[in-house]
Order: sequence, then C-alpha cells, then structure tokens
Amino acid sequence: MSAAEAKGGVVGTRKLRREDPELLVGQAKFGDDLAIPGALYMVLVRSPFAHAKIQSIESEAALGVPGVVGVYTAADLAGEWAGPMPCAWPVTPDMKNPPHYPLAAEFARYAGDGVAAVVATSKMAAVDAAALVSVEYEELTPVLDLEEAASDATVIYQDFGTNTSFVWTLEPDPDGVRQAFDQAAVVVTEHYVHPRLIPAAMEPRTIAAVPSPMGDEYTVYSSTQIPHILRVMLALTAGISETKLRVVAPSVGGAFGSKLDVYAEELLCLALARKLRQPVRFTEERGESTMATVHGRGQVQQIELAADQNGKVLAVRANILADMGAYLQLVTPGVPLLGAFLYHGLYDIPHYSFTCTGVFTNKTPTDAYRGAGRPEATFAIERGMDTLADKLGIDPAEIRRRNFIAADKFPYSSAAGLSFDSGNYGPNLEKALELAGYSSLREKQAQRIAAGDNHLLGVGISCYVEMCGLAPSRVLGALSYGAGGWEAATVRVLPTAKVQVVTGTAPHGQGHETSWSMIVADRLGVPPEDIEVLHSDTAISPLGMDSYGSRSLSVGGSALFLAADKVVEKARKIAAHQLEVAEEDLDFVGGSFKVKGSPEREMPLAGIAFEAFTAHNLPDGLEPNLEASVTWDPPNFTFPFGTHIAVVDVDQETGDVDLLRYIAVDDCGNQINPMIVEGQIHGGIAQGVAQALFEEAVYDTSGTLVTASLADYLVPSAAELPSFELANTVTPSPTNPLGVKGIGEAGAIGSAPAVINAIVDALSHLGVTDCPMPATPERVWKLLQQAKAH
Amino acid sequence: MFPSKFEYRRVASVDEAVSILSQEEDAKILAGGHSLIPLMKLRLASPELLVDITKIENMSYIREDDGEIAIGALTRHHALETSELLAREVPVLPAVAATVGDPAVRHCGTLGGTASHGDGASDLPAALLALDATFVAKGPKGERRIAAKDFFTGFLETALAPFEVLTEIRVPKGYRSYSFQKFNRRAQDWAIVGVVAVRNGTTNIGYVNMGVTPLRATAVEQQLASGASDDDAAAAAAAGLTPPSDINGSSEYRAHLAGVLVRRALSELG
Ligand SMILES: Cc1cc2nc3c(=O)[nH]c(=O)nc-3n(C[C@H](O)[C@H](O)[C@H](O)COP(=O)(O)OP(=O)(O)OC[C@H]3O[C@@H](n4cnc5c(N)ncnc54)[C@H](O)[C@@H]3O)c2cc1C
Repeated sequence: MSAAEAKGGVVGTRKLRREDPELLVGQAKFGDDLAIPGALYMVLVRSPFAHAKIQSIESEAALGVPGVVGVYTAADLAGEWAGPMPCAWPVTPDMKNPPHYPLAAEFARYAGDGVAAVVATSKMAAVDAAALVSVEYEELTPVLDLEEAASDATVIYQDFGTNTSFVWTLEPDPDGVRQAFDQAAVVVTEHYVHPRLIPAAMEPRTIAAVPSPMGDEYTVYSSTQIPHILRVMLALTAGISETKLRVVAPSVGGAFGSKLDVYAEELLCLALARKLRQPVRFTEERGESTMATVHGRGQVQQIELAADQNGKVLAVRANILADMGAYLQLVTPGVPLLGAFLYHGLYDIPHYSFTCTGVFTNKTPTDAYRGAGRPEATFAIERGMDTLADKLGIDPAEIRRRNFIAADKFPYSSAAGLSFDSGNYGPNLEKALELAGYSSLREKQAQRIAAGDNHLLGVGISCYVEMCGLAPSRVLGALSYGAGGWEAATVRVLPTAKVQVVTGTAPHGQGHETSWSMIVADRLGVPPEDIEVLHSDTAISPLGMDSYGSRSLSVGGSALFLAADKVVEKARKIAAHQLEVAEEDLDFVGGSFKVKGSPEREMPLAGIAFEAFTAHNLPDGLEPNLEASVTWDPPNFTFPFGTHIAVVDVDQETGDVDLLRYIAVDDCGNQINPMIVEGQIHGGIAQGVAQALFEEAVYDTSGTLVTASLADYLVPSAAELPSFELANTVTPSPTNPLGVKGIGEAGAIGSAPAVINAIVDALSHLGVTDCPMPATPERVWKLLQQAKAH
Repeated sequence: MFPSKFEYRRVASVDEAVSILSQEEDAKILAGGHSLIPLMKLRLASPELLVDITKIENMSYIREDDGEIAIGALTRHHALETSELLAREVPVLPAVAATVGDPAVRHCGTLGGTASHGDGASDLPAALLALDATFVAKGPKGERRIAAKDFFTGFLETALAPFEVLTEIRVPKGYRSYSFQKFNRRAQDWAIVGVVAVRNGTTNIGYVNMGVTPLRATAVEQQLASGASDDDAAAAAAAGLTPPSDINGSSEYRAHLAGVLVRRALSELG
C-alpha cells in the first residue's frame, strides 16, 4: 500500500489531545489516587549527612507509635535481594560500580540515602515514627566538588582506591586530531560547567506493591516511564519470577528521564509486600524528591576547537568530567555517552576526539534528564563556535554557515562514527534569522551601546543536531547497554470494527494516545475516536521498551504503522477471497477495499473484521481474527536539528537578565500532530532556559542540599518566559516508515546555549567572554564588575 | 509534610480568642495560614492548639475612620489589591499587595497575619512601616495602639504579646506618591530586596529583606531631609545595615541592589 493510497487526512492536523479532559478535571488516576484497601504506608528514614558511617539504628520509640507495623534496616532485609540494584550500562569492562542496595548498611553516601524503612497503617503514623528512629552517625568528609573528587584527595569507596568510575574514550584518529591542532591558525580552549539539575516532575514518585490474594503474585503500580524494563529488573533484583510480576504505570505526571530508573523504594515496597503479605505503598514528598530522585547534568567540560583563518573548524577535542553522584543508577554512566558523538554539532569537522571520566561524589546519583548528554554536547560546541567567531571577528551566524554539513552529504558519515540520516541545515538557520529580524536586532543592539543605555541587548544563536530514537539494538550492544532498542505494537480490529492498539511505549505526558490513534486512523481509514490505545501495563502490553530518548514515535510509532499495514494486508486477503478478485486488483481507499475499475464492488474494513471474527468464509490457511503484531528494530538513530535564537535584555546595574524573545525553528521530519510537537518544544525550551537562567541544585559545604524546595529551586513559570516564536522545516528521516524524528528533547537541547550566547553577546563589548549557569542576577552583576575593573 | 498533632478551635469573637490564648500555654492564632501552616508542615513550629480567627465577623474591612484608613486584620491581600478606596488614598498598598506570592496566596493571606508574622522578607510590613501605620491590638486588659516603629522588634518577633490579637491596622491618608521596587527572580517569589517609597512632603522608605525585620532606610531619609540629591541619598542606601546573605543574593549584592532600587524609586516619586 502506498502512502498516498492510505491518506486519511488525520495525520498532520492539530487534533486536541484526548488525554486532556480527564487530566484537566482531575479525574485521571495518578499513583497516589489509587484506592488500595488494606495498604500499609512506607516512609524512609534518610541520612541527613552526605557521607557518614552508620553506627547504630534505634527503632524502639518508633515501634511504640500506634499503627506502626515495623521498622526495617538493611540488615533486616538482607535476605530479600537476589542481587544489588541494577546499573544496566557498564560502559567499560573495568567500570567501578559500588554495590548498591535499597537501604544503606554501613555507610550513607549522600544526604537522602535511605537507612531504614518504617511501615505503618497510616502515612501519618509512618511519618511520626520515622522522626523517632534514632540513627547514630559518624560523619565522614564528604566529596562534593567534581574536580576535587577526580583528584582523589578524599576517596569515597576505599575498595576502589579512586573516585573514578570509568574513563571512556572515543578517538578514531588521534594522529589526525594532533596534526589539526598543530597546524591550526586558531585554537579555542573553553571550560564550561553544567550545574546539577533537579528534574522536578509535577508528580513526585508514587509506588504501590500489591500481592494477589491467591498467593505469590504481585502487581506493582509505579509512576515510572519504564514499566517493562522495571518488571525485568524487579524480577532479577527481588528474586521474583517475571511471570509473577505485573507492573502498571497509572497516569504519570511527568518524568523528564527521572522515572527511567529502578528505585530503592520500588524494591522496598515489593519486598515488604512479600514479607508482610499486604499491599505496601509509598509516595515521595516534594522536598524528599529533590534528594531521593535522580538529578541531571553535572558536568565540567573542556572543549578545544582547531580552525583555519576563515573559521573552518578542522578538529574538535572534548574532555569531560561527569558527576555520577554516590551510586550508579540504571543508566547513570551512559548518559554522557549519549552526547559523546555530538561534540562536533552539525558541523563538518573531520577530526574528532572525546574522553569522558565518570566520577563519584557524595551527592544524589545522577541519571538521564531531558536530553541526556546531548544538551551538554550542544552547549559545548555552540558556546565554542561563538567564542571562535568572536576571536576571528566573524558573525556567529556566518561561522555556522561556513561549517555546516552540506545538504548533499547526507547520509553523512561523521568523524565520530555516526551516520546522520538526513539534514538540511542552511535553510533552517536562514529561516530562524529571518523570523528574528537578525540584522535589525544587531542595529538595535548597536544603538543601545552607542546611547550608553543601562539596558543592553544580546542575541544568541544555537544550532543543534541530536541523535535520538533509541535505538538500533546492535548499536546499543556495541555501546555495552544492557538491553535492545526495539519496540512492539499490536493492532487489533474487533468484530464491531472498533480498534485496539497495544503499544510498548509508556507515555507520561506526551500524548501517545492521541498521536497513535491518528497514525492508525489514517492507515486503516477509521475515525481516531474508534481507536483505543492501550499501554503501560505489562499484563496488557507484555512487550515493550518504554519511553525515553525521544524514541516513542520513531520506534514505537513505526512499529504501530507497520502493524496497521499488516492488518490491512490480511484484510486484503479476505476481501480478495470474498470479492473473488486478485489481491492486486483491490484499492484500499477510505477504509474500504474497492475493485479497480469497478469501485461499486467493495468491502469495508468493518465488514472484513466481522468476517475475520466469524471465520465462516476465510481463504484456506488464513487464521481467524484481524490482528497483527510487529516488533521493530530501527536501523539507525534519527537526527532532528534546528536553530534557536534568544534575545535578552541585560540590566547592567542589577545584572538581571530578561528573556525578551525566543525564536525556534525545529526540524523533526514529518509531524503527526503539530500541536503536540509545539507542546514538546515549549516544555523543552522552558527547561533549557531554566538551566541557563534559574535552576541549580545547590549544596552547602557539608553536602546538604539547600535547594530542597520549590521556593529555593527556581523552576520558572510562564510568567518568566516570553511567548515562543516557533516555525519549522521538514526534512523527513529515511530510516523509519513515518519519516519522523524525535522532538521530546530537542527544545531542551537547543536552548541553554542560545540564552548564554545571548548574554555573552550583550556583554562582549565590555570584555565579558563567558557566563556561568545559571546566569543569576548576582553572577551577571559580578561579571560586569570584573569586566569593568579591567 | 505533615505537621505534628495539634488541636483546633474556631472562635467567634476577639474576646473569645483572647481568653483562650490567655489560658492555653502553646496556642497560636491561625489567620490565612500561609505563613504558619508551611512552618508547621516543616515542623519548624509545632503549636499544640490553633485558634482560628477567620470566622470572626467584621474583621475584614477597609474604611475611612477619623481621618485615617482603617483596615481590619483579617483583610486578605487580594482585597487590598482591588480596593478603590486604597487606590485613591494609599495607592502603595494595592501595588505592594499585588506582588505578594501568587493569586492563591493573596486570596488566603491576611494583612494582620503578615504584620503579626513580622518577617523582614515580607512586602506589606515594609509598606506599613514606611507609612507609619498604627497597629491596634486587643488583650485581656483591653485595647492598645502600637506605632509601626515600635511594632517590629526582632526575627519573626513583634510587640504583640502571645495573648494579644491584632485587630486593625491604621494608615494615614495623603501618601499619594509612591514607588515599589520589588527585585526577584520569578513573579511569585519573595523579594531579594524590595524598596517601598512614599512621599507626602517628606519621603519615607521601607526595606524588604535588608535585615531580620522590616526596616526604614533611615540614612537615605535623613539625606533627603537635609536636601541631598536623589543620587547622593541613594548612595547611602545600605549605610549602617548588614543585609542577609542567602542563595538568592549575598549581603554585598543586596547592599548594592538597595542603592539601585532606592534611586529608581526616588526617580519615580512625584
Ligand atoms: C507560596 C507563598 C508565597 C508567598 N510569597 C510572599 C511574598 O512574595 N511576599 C510576602 O510578603 N509574603 C509572601 N507570602 C506570605 C503570605 O503573605 C502570608 O499569607 C502572610 O505572610 C501571613 O498571613 P496569614 O494570614 O496567612 O497568617 P498566618 O499564617 O495565619 O499567621 C502568621 C502568624 O501570625 C499570627 N497571626 C495571624 N493573624 C494574627 C492576628 N490577627 N493577631 C495576632 N497574631 C496573628 C499567627 O499566629 C502566626 O504566627 C507567601 C506565602 C506563601 C505560602
């Protein structure tokens, strides 16, 4: 069936999200909303110290609180585990991975590390009792600063003798890189720091483990973005047969990667439910979540660019320190590697070198956070390009033009070893410049400087390309990742012609139910309203690799697209049989098979579904029912790209930065629902702007997190952001049947460097060459003080 | 985020509140709850009894009285924000009220509550101090009036005794010229530094978050009174003060901001 043949006209429209009405009126059921009769409540006692030896745990007073069922320490639960908590990404064979169990036994390794679990018949009783558990600690020197950690001045894990977990290197041609730097007319060496970020999903984590009344079976409800992976990991870690475990993700209120994990509390609820033969539930508090849920970013980067006199970059060398935090969570060590191949950005740079050192600190473990590795890479190259432009006196837009991978080079084999699927960068940049009114902005900027205005204007450009759509399973294998990257889908036309779609993706805010129904509606020629999308329950959707890495549409959507086509092919056989024509003589139009040349002879899909169900008159050998499943493994990543332009006003007297305008021209290939695409871009930009201007997990010198509430950790709201000016270009991906590329993370990848470039641009005539993140008013003010003192 | 166990009583009159407060050891008045409840949830405060005064009648009003504007202690920030009388007579109060927290906070928080809480980081107390407001309190021995300059006594401390109820706040008319400079990072945030300037012949300036209590910019006021230019007066903004340091700003930065904001405020005054 050709694409044109099936065009039903739903794909590409701005269809309202079917998920929203129940979310908006508060009917959606999140984990904490579930009524679970007889459930016990778990609250954890957490270490207030970043690094401490646990001397003793006294729980008598806590046990006296009415309603308390038990207080459990690591020792009490030692027999519950078949193994330590999983890290699925051993990036090097010699990677150091400290044993990590749900409760700390001898040492607490970060402020927030769980040391005891209190279980009670009410949450209130559990909270009161937890406050009465008295733990005696011997405080140890905490290792907090990343560079100090790398120096091994104080070592966290004595057995390792070092804080370095791994050194991962990508150096395809060391000689070429060396020569390029030796011969370069200009070399730029820059250092950047990415603060730790707190994902701050609107819904904190919730978990309930419910034993079946019949016996040894468990349903785990978790606000997770990986129900399928979680089931495997819970089975392996808690020593429960996978066949006895069902994992359900109810409505999940955001995640941004922070729920792409296997958490201590999930294992504790499950083990305690097994031990106590009662449901055990846990809901994280906001302050608790700032410490007990993984953090993102946390990198110190050095990037070097070697260029000729015209600004043509010949080589890039990146050397980064990545903060692992106290333990390796599910994919902690792999996060920086998702950016490892992209430090050349969308530029045709022939020589490439990358090294990442993963380092332990006494802080909350880090893991995937929107963009995971790619925002870091994009920031380094896009800040670097601006610095190079400044050094050579070339306009930042022009230096990018000179270095773009040319449109006729796709598929492009990068020096880092990737094959970029498709791209057309030049027109995308020009469109953004035009939308921004680039040259008139430059004029206004000059006027303000000439007038001696306190308010300076800055324009920052960031071009990005990213790799997403995780991922070809073989490539993941080559990167030592512990799972595949395929996705599964089933399309089932019921006897009444209603359609059930089963997907292995696990939406947590992205609107899959809407988009997936649109894709299938067009393939089958049925109204989207007749299509139900089932997901996030391993009993209903047993196969899946879940949602992260902007993979759901390009991998899961493609599996779905192919499954729908398989259904049509089966239906075609039945129609041909009953209409007594050859399959090739049928056109499938508007949900009906019509005989070529005599369209009045037709059989609608609805009729075929019923025929398939009764099975009274099917072709020989054809199985009854109209259903097909596809498991699809993508041949490549997808490489969305775009240009983001930030326009800022800097108040020199106060250091206050006001984001005046934000222009984004993104290219994610074909769009299924442009409104959902825009929603993803909006949220992503907000998060990237947040990193640039507002958010930072701040620790004091003792290792206490001081930004442990939303009053101190500054998540921006709509009031701090301008109305984004969005546009797009469309360069379909040739690597999947939908021609789509991921868009879930792109906004967060392109935005932070645009904002910081804009600030530096505003201040560069004063001698400012860089600006730390987040660019707080005080920091910017201090930059100006320093610049003016020179 | 659960407070410790506490008892709760709702009273119908100020006298009833006073009588309970005089008898009970560890009782606290509950008004809008937007300062007290967060403290209790963090278990930084654990009173044994809450005396809810929000159902007392006739304690939420804004009216002219004896040549002044009288504001009932239970008047919500939102009511200040939208009052036509205040817009006409004391326009600084609606302007300041409009920047407190977010709409939910402004519909719950009360003027009496924010004044009694006495937080140096709060906006409205600094405005009341700049306006030379008078605080009317009722205790077992009857009513007394406290001048603003005597009201804010220390870190979260006021001149109110534990058994006194703040019933009314009185502000003079005539300060029609004003400027409020609130410097913060997000719309709903507390001020890193705030400057409330009012002028009626003389110029009064109140500071938000420049010390543990709301403060007057005494040095600036003196300079202005002795005829200094706005710029020169603003240069004295932090004289004699030790502003707090926290993650939103160092003491040094606050001192600098105060100077900038005072100058901007003065240039806005008519
Ligand atoms: C999210 C959030 C953001 C906020 N942002 C700001 C801001 O930007 N600027 C700002 O200034 N404030 C802000 N606030 C504080 C807010 O203004 C509070 O409402 C106010 O400070 C307290 O008023 P209340 O009526 O809620 O008092 P309550 O919390 O009920 O009481 C506060 C204290 O005063 C006592 N008390 C209350 N009424 C009386 C009375 N009549 N007599 C004697 N004692 C009394 C109580 O016992 C308690 O000790 C914010 C609060 C929140 C929750």
